[in-house]
Amino acid sequence: MGIQANPHKTTGFLGWIDDRFPLTKLWKDHVAEYYAPKNFNFWYFFGSLAMLVLVNQLLTGIFLAMHYKPDAALAFGSVEYIMRDVPWGDIIRYMHSTGASAFFVVVYLHMFRGLIYGSHRKPRELIWIFGCLIYVCLMAEAFMGYVLPWGQMSYWGAQVIISLFGAIPVIGPDLVVWIQGDYVPSDATLNRLFSLHVVALPFVLVGLVIAHLMALHEVGSNNPDGVEIKKVKDENGIPKDGIPFHPYYTVKDVMGVVFFLILFSVVLFFMPEGGGYFIEAPNFVEANPAVTPDHIAPVWYFAHFYAMLRAVPSKLGGVIVMAAAVLILFFLPWLDRSPVKSIRYKGPLFKISLAIFTLATMMMFWLGTEAPTTVKTNLARAGTVIYFAFFLGLPLISKLDSTKPVPDRVTDAH
Amino acid sequence: MKPMILRIVTVGALLASAPLFAAGGGALPYHYSPELGNEASLQRGAKLFMNYCSGCHGLEYLRYNRMAEDLEIPEDLLTENLIFTGAKPGEHINTAMPSEPASTWFGQAPPDLSLTARSRGPSWIYSYLLTFYVDESRPMGVNNLVLPGASMPNVLATLEGWKAMDHHDGESDGGHGGSHEPAFVEIEPGELDEAEFRAAVGDLTNFLAYAAEPGKRDRHALGFKVIGYLIVLFILSWLLKREYWKDVH
Repeated sequence: MGIQANPHKTTGFLGWIDDRFPLTKLWKDHVAEYYAPKNFNFWYFFGSLAMLVLVNQLLTGIFLAMHYKPDAALAFGSVEYIMRDVPWGDIIRYMHSTGASAFFVVVYLHMFRGLIYGSHRKPRELIWIFGCLIYVCLMAEAFMGYVLPWGQMSYWGAQVIISLFGAIPVIGPDLVVWIQGDYVPSDATLNRLFSLHVVALPFVLVGLVIAHLMALHEVGSNNPDGVEIKKVKDENGIPKDGIPFHPYYTVKDVMGVVFFLILFSVVLFFMPEGGGYFIEAPNFVEANPAVTPDHIAPVWYFAHFYAMLRAVPSKLGGVIVMAAAVLILFFLPWLDRSPVKSIRYKGPLFKISLAIFTLATMMMFWLGTEAPTTVKTNLARAGTVIYFAFFLGLPLISKLDSTKPVPDRVTDAH
Repeated sequence: MKPMILRIVTVGALLASAPLFAAGGGALPYHYSPELGNEASLQRGAKLFMNYCSGCHGLEYLRYNRMAEDLEIPEDLLTENLIFTGAKPGEHINTAMPSEPASTWFGQAPPDLSLTARSRGPSWIYSYLLTFYVDESRPMGVNNLVLPGASMPNVLATLEGWKAMDHHDGESDGGHGGSHEPAFVEIEPGELDEAEFRAAVGDLTNFLAYAAEPGKRDRHALGFKVIGYLIVLFILSWLLKREYWKDVH
């Protein structure tokens, strides 16, 4: 069966368009007649918020790139030029820098939502995998963006991260030179990171987000009960527990967006440095290859991986552990084998493991920003073990844990 | 909200690190919170900066006329009394001192101070300027408690006078809270007494905090308006959502 033009038989001007482009079909399939479960709770705001922040980053990024100079001699000064001489420049810059941290806040909460309600489980494995790819892409994007102001932390952060590739046996050292375009991070490095940050990665990111949403709309959204609303349909074939995304979730998400913007504005206008966790104080000193800062700390959203890197005595081992910590996320749909999706119907074993995992990961975020001491390094080792033990233990937890019976319909309306 | 949190954190950090400081650690002896709304203080700070600092230190990212506009300094006063380099009002506040010979003279060129209040913090600047003491072993005859081995001479000595470390201060002032202030003995008085000098250093620090982020004051004012608007919008969007969701059971 081929594609049928204008399946909704619209007429007039809209009909003219629909005969040539699936405007009405797209609108109905993805918005007006996309049936979402009616029991979405607080945790379901973060997907739309991630979209909002993505748009914020793209728009503010366009204006920053109009004034920024990707040149090691000019970059730092051009950021101060944006901050001082460009009308509204400080607001645009802080929207972008606060947006980077906000992106990770909402994405981490969005991922956690998936983890607790089983949104990664069959048939949504590909949604989860596209999501993981978005996360990887986002980390690369954020890292490169942090280098661009060319402050001390930009420079030494770049040095630390790029040197990780040097731990790869045989090709490592050459690979580092190839990535940097020089023997140390330099003008060539800054210029290529700028290109990747503003052209290549945003393209990939937007493409992956579209794939993520297409996969979601193909199978339908999960919900806090982890039941499939498509199993119980009315005479018109509409899920009984489903409501059209528009207007119900559009108005609800607008409310979530405005609430988010209030919190976002508090940071943006009053504490854009985020207490030194969003913009680090040493980054107000121009990059200087001759002076190493006393304490090189990553921004908060990478800190847990950095803690893992430092927890392993060998550099190569640390890099492998760090990479594995990201890669293991891709396997979650197959590690979690519980007969039920949602935490609501899982037993105490899962809940306790998840609580320990969450606390340990939060501790790792803190440890990564701290200067290492013997005690802290040992804590980071414990945290690393707990992180992996949780994921690798999931098949066993799934097997041993008790479950509660899952209802046929969702249990709580909004 | 932020200053309160900062104050709690700073006081907490100072309390926690008081013994550490006594042992020569890195905590700052004095705390200073900028008052960006205090225009008179900023004007006094600008005057001090131009007269005592700008010979060696620049503010390369701040323009003279931006400063004059923000601090409400008339342009004729600016050109007559605050610009010593012959720069035009629209130009950046660069120092007249050439950096290459300066690094020979001092060991390193005096740093630009545009962003020092953001990289080191206002309390650091305040503490640094208050803790110069006589130390004959140093080339400039003075050393600094916050930045030991600093190559800067005690340029504010005409105001402050000269002081030395009090080596008889064996015991610390005991745990009654607050910051642990270092003990100095006065050798020679300056034009200002101690309280006046601290106020002057406060003004100078305040000015450097302004110079580090001239847009901050306006951004705060805008922030209140934006958040006020968003709160109204939130109430409306919540009512709209409630209206639509009446149908959902």
